[in-house]
Amino acid sequence: MTGSGGKRVEVKAPMSGVFYRRPAPEVAPYVEIGTEVKKKQVLGLLETMKVFQKIKSKISGRVVEIIVENETPVKDDEVLFVIETD
Amino acid sequence: MPKFKKILIANRGEIALRIVRACKELGIHAVAAYSEADAESMAVKLADESVCIGEAVSSKSYLNIDNILQAAKTTGAEAIHPGYGYLAEKEAFARACQSEGVVFIGPTPENLSLAGDKIAGKQKMIEAGVPVIPSSSGGVESLDDAWSIAEEIGYPVMIKSSAGGGGRGIRICNDEEMLAEEFPIARMEAGAAFGNNEVYIEKFIENPRHIEFQILADKHGNIIHLFERECSIQRRFQKLIEEAPSPRLDEELRQKMGKAAVRAAKAISYFNAGTVEFLLDEQGDFYFIEINSRIQVEHPITEMITGVDLVKEQIRLAAGEPLGYDSSDLSIQGWAIECRINAEDPERNFLPSPGTITEYHAPGGYGVRLDTHLHQGYELPIYYDSLIAKLISYDATREGAISIMKRALGEYRMRPLKTTIPLYLRVMDDPDFRSGSFDTGYITRFVPDEDEDEDDED
Repeated sequence: MTGSGGKRVEVKAPMSGVFYRRPAPEVAPYVEIGTEVKKKQVLGLLETMKVFQKIKSKISGRVVEIIVENETPVKDDEVLFVIETD
Repeated sequence: MPKFKKILIANRGEIALRIVRACKELGIHAVAAYSEADAESMAVKLADESVCIGEAVSSKSYLNIDNILQAAKTTGAEAIHPGYGYLAEKEAFARACQSEGVVFIGPTPENLSLAGDKIAGKQKMIEAGVPVIPSSSGGVESLDDAWSIAEEIGYPVMIKSSAGGGGRGIRICNDEEMLAEEFPIARMEAGAAFGNNEVYIEKFIENPRHIEFQILADKHGNIIHLFERECSIQRRFQKLIEEAPSPRLDEELRQKMGKAAVRAAKAISYFNAGTVEFLLDEQGDFYFIEINSRIQVEHPITEMITGVDLVKEQIRLAAGEPLGYDSSDLSIQGWAIECRINAEDPERNFLPSPGTITEYHAPGGYGVRLDTHLHQGYELPIYYDSLIAKLISYDATREGAISIMKRALGEYRMRPLKTTIPLYLRVMDDPDFRSGSFDTGYITRFVPDEDEDEDDED
């Protein structure tokens, strides 16, 4: 948001489901704002009809936005994260 | 005739509808208990009465014992039918019903306890002379113990969760090295999934068939079987296509297995409807796996070939009525096949396919039975599993049942959902399926059994 001039890449839900930021309630979230991530790093989970899918980053960069709260239903194609590259 | 005037149905989807229908036919007032996500469901629409039991997430509704018992009380239901899954096999729920004075339509809490504890259950089977798979005599705590047991019973072996079920948490190990790698992971997984990290080790039977026997038992000690179901067509231990009878069994083997199934049920003083599962190896030796203490998803095929309505029998038996017939009064009439239609994409590693049905056409005609809650405009909730319909074909012969299934699968439309129908169409044309020669590894010929993780398409 602070326009550091990097490229912003959205990570979207591949289908509708319930979005989770952490693998278990007692565990820390996969990422926070500011976390440096690698390509294919897990950012969150999506549960659809009892099946869990990993939500992975498409690029290496830094998490600049986490749009959806933990344990919230999301629609197909809804933006979950924004990753900024240098 | 019915003792119950009102039954609460604590489930959803096709099985809730199945139970609503049985109640209506019996003249019993059906109360559908539903979550907020299922307010518009077919079971709710067709029930005589309905009651919301909580939020969409199952833990806050279909798994919430307090809410369900409260719903039974406020609606004045005398009995609860749990369907399958959710609370159907939870001992704590059966006990809670008992202490609240509501009849649990299913086995006794003691049955559920023994059926849920695979190690104790197996010991009972050994005592009753039911053949079991060679395994550790109890939980295995250390890798050293695991190694020595595996050495004794011979590789390949499986690591299984003592508290688990439904095929989850099973790991197959071909040698010592694999066992060393998988053993600690299996314990962690068991702890995470079932709240109990105890695992045991069992011989892995190669190329087995999965054969199960339907059991009915009354409160007066009468236990009978209603023949077998062939459930070998599975993916990752989840059944996809079932048939009754099994093309593998002859009359001699059927009698032998049927007797063992009844012995197994008697060994734990089983009550109500249940299923005794066996693995059958290539030599014709069979081994007890477990007793499923609920109505099974695939119960309709047994109904088709025996003429016995199993859900009505569950209700009647729960009310304390005697069976009134025995195995000699029953015979196998014709052949039935069930395809479990899942909202999953076989082309994309069976990923779920949620969505709203914009174009729906249900198959029909001679020999077709369809158990489903789907309809035009139905939106699949994201919260529940992907089984959306059970298509059953029935005819005098196996060949006839296959032809009807193929025709009915071809008629079935539910756009834009991706389903397992295209896979089943291929199976119906497969020479090995048609000749009845397959085992539990069969489906991997059509769909590679790869890891979902393997990686994504970017």
